[in-house]
Amino acid sequence: MILKHKHLLGIEQLNPSEISTILETAESFLEVSRREVKKVPILRGKTIVNLFFEPSTRTRSSFELAAKRLSADILNFSRVSSSVVKGETLKDTVLNLEAMNIDALIVRHSASGAPHFISTFCRSHIINAGDGTHEHPTQALLDAFTIRQEKKRLRGLKVVIVGDIIHSRVARSNILLLRKMGAKVVCCGPPSLVPLEFRTYGVDINYNLDEALKGADVVMMLRIQLERQKKNFFPSLREYISLFALTPQRFSLAKKDAIIMHPGPINRCVELSAELADSARSVILKQVENGVAVRMAILYLLLGGKEREDTD
Amino acid sequence: MEEKIKAKVMDARKIKRALERMTTEILERNRNLENLVIVGIRTRGIYIGKRIARLIQQAEKIKVPVGVLDITLYRDDFSDLEAQHMVQKTEIDFPITDKDVLLVDDVLFTGRTIRAAMDSLIDLGRPRTIQLLVLIDRGHRELPIRADYVGKFLPTSKREMVQVHLDEIDGVDEVLITEPVEIE
Repeated sequence: MILKHKHLLGIEQLNPSEISTILETAESFLEVSRREVKKVPILRGKTIVNLFFEPSTRTRSSFELAAKRLSADILNFSRVSSSVVKGETLKDTVLNLEAMNIDALIVRHSASGAPHFISTFCRSHIINAGDGTHEHPTQALLDAFTIRQEKKRLRGLKVVIVGDIIHSRVARSNILLLRKMGAKVVCCGPPSLVPLEFRTYGVDINYNLDEALKGADVVMMLRIQLERQKKNFFPSLREYISLFALTPQRFSLAKKDAIIMHPGPINRCVELSAELADSARSVILKQVENGVAVRMAILYLLLGGKEREDTD
Repeated sequence: MEEKIKAKVMDARKIKRALERMTTEILERNRNLENLVIVGIRTRGIYIGKRIARLIQQAEKIKVPVGVLDITLYRDDFSDLEAQHMVQKTEIDFPITDKDVLLVDDVLFTGRTIRAAMDSLIDLGRPRTIQLLVLIDRGHRELPIRADYVGKFLPTSKREMVQVHLDEIDGVDEVLITEPVEIE
């Protein structure tokens, strides 16, 4: 099985066997990052641009390391030091970068659909590294990879996603992926952040964290986007913490071998207690390690072989 | 693509004889067997490597570790391939620095696989020596590479294909020469 797509715009376009291909390929790349010489020559001569219009530590460095470990050259573009501040449009920025003969663009943008828009006029491979509140496919893939590493499967697991579901591209991509792979998903959080419409994705919704946690195999905590809380989606942070923060007492309601995940950055003592974040049940740093392997696999699968027609 | 079998050049008995002879040659050349490690190239090189390790153990009571090498990430024809190759794991869980590495593959043809395998090994450490063992050497080298231990020299035309089948994955031990059939 191989990947037929030219771009990775979202989990929505992938079928279960393509998802499995990416996860299996990533297994092989995990070993490369643990070697003393952490580099293989496969993408030598390819040029990749990290086009980030929003701040990021993990995703940007993870893609940068992934590209470098495959011997590709990578250019980091950040909004503040670019001509975007002089008023250049997104399309012109991309066309100018492309005129320098690049092979792939890794795009993060605050507008949902920006990577798709770019893919309509661009020759290069486009990888969505998070667009608005739409999707963050590589995060969902690395989360699935981490769950598989811990639980050996995805099918039949109960995954509880807690927090700001409505604004979260991480949640959306994870829900799509987990449902495609046969996991059961429960979303939990204040009703203002977890609208009932999410049921159309095939997930259960529960506004009581204690009930939602019962029998969970995986607890995925989402970051409370404090910068968005000026719009008052819940009465106070203190109330949110008392109802939805993961504490050791609450976590004991989940299965004995349940794991805790978080896409980062963590607000310690908001989404989960510091004690749990650093506990043996937390796989937060494994997610980060796996992120590099999963992104190597994606770059390898998209940029490998002869140029393909766009099938998206 | 259809293909027809032109000849069966080795059967189970001949393969066994060739492996036994090559094992003797390995023992002759490597006085210090404690320093020897075997690395098989995916897929069939792994099984040939394991058989050689078993023969060494029978003869000398020394257990030689066997690792697995996947060379996909080191191929030089990567951007010409029609589609991606599935990358599989390299599993060498012993250090190879200062070791005598016996690299094992089923068929030696252009030499490009071996070039990739050597580059890959050198990224993993600095072996004292790298020796090459192949079951079949079919000629047509494109790089200055030769094997130290050869099961059988098999002159072929470039059109022909050599297929090594091993009991462990193919259910039978045999070496076939096949040729593609033109479909009208």
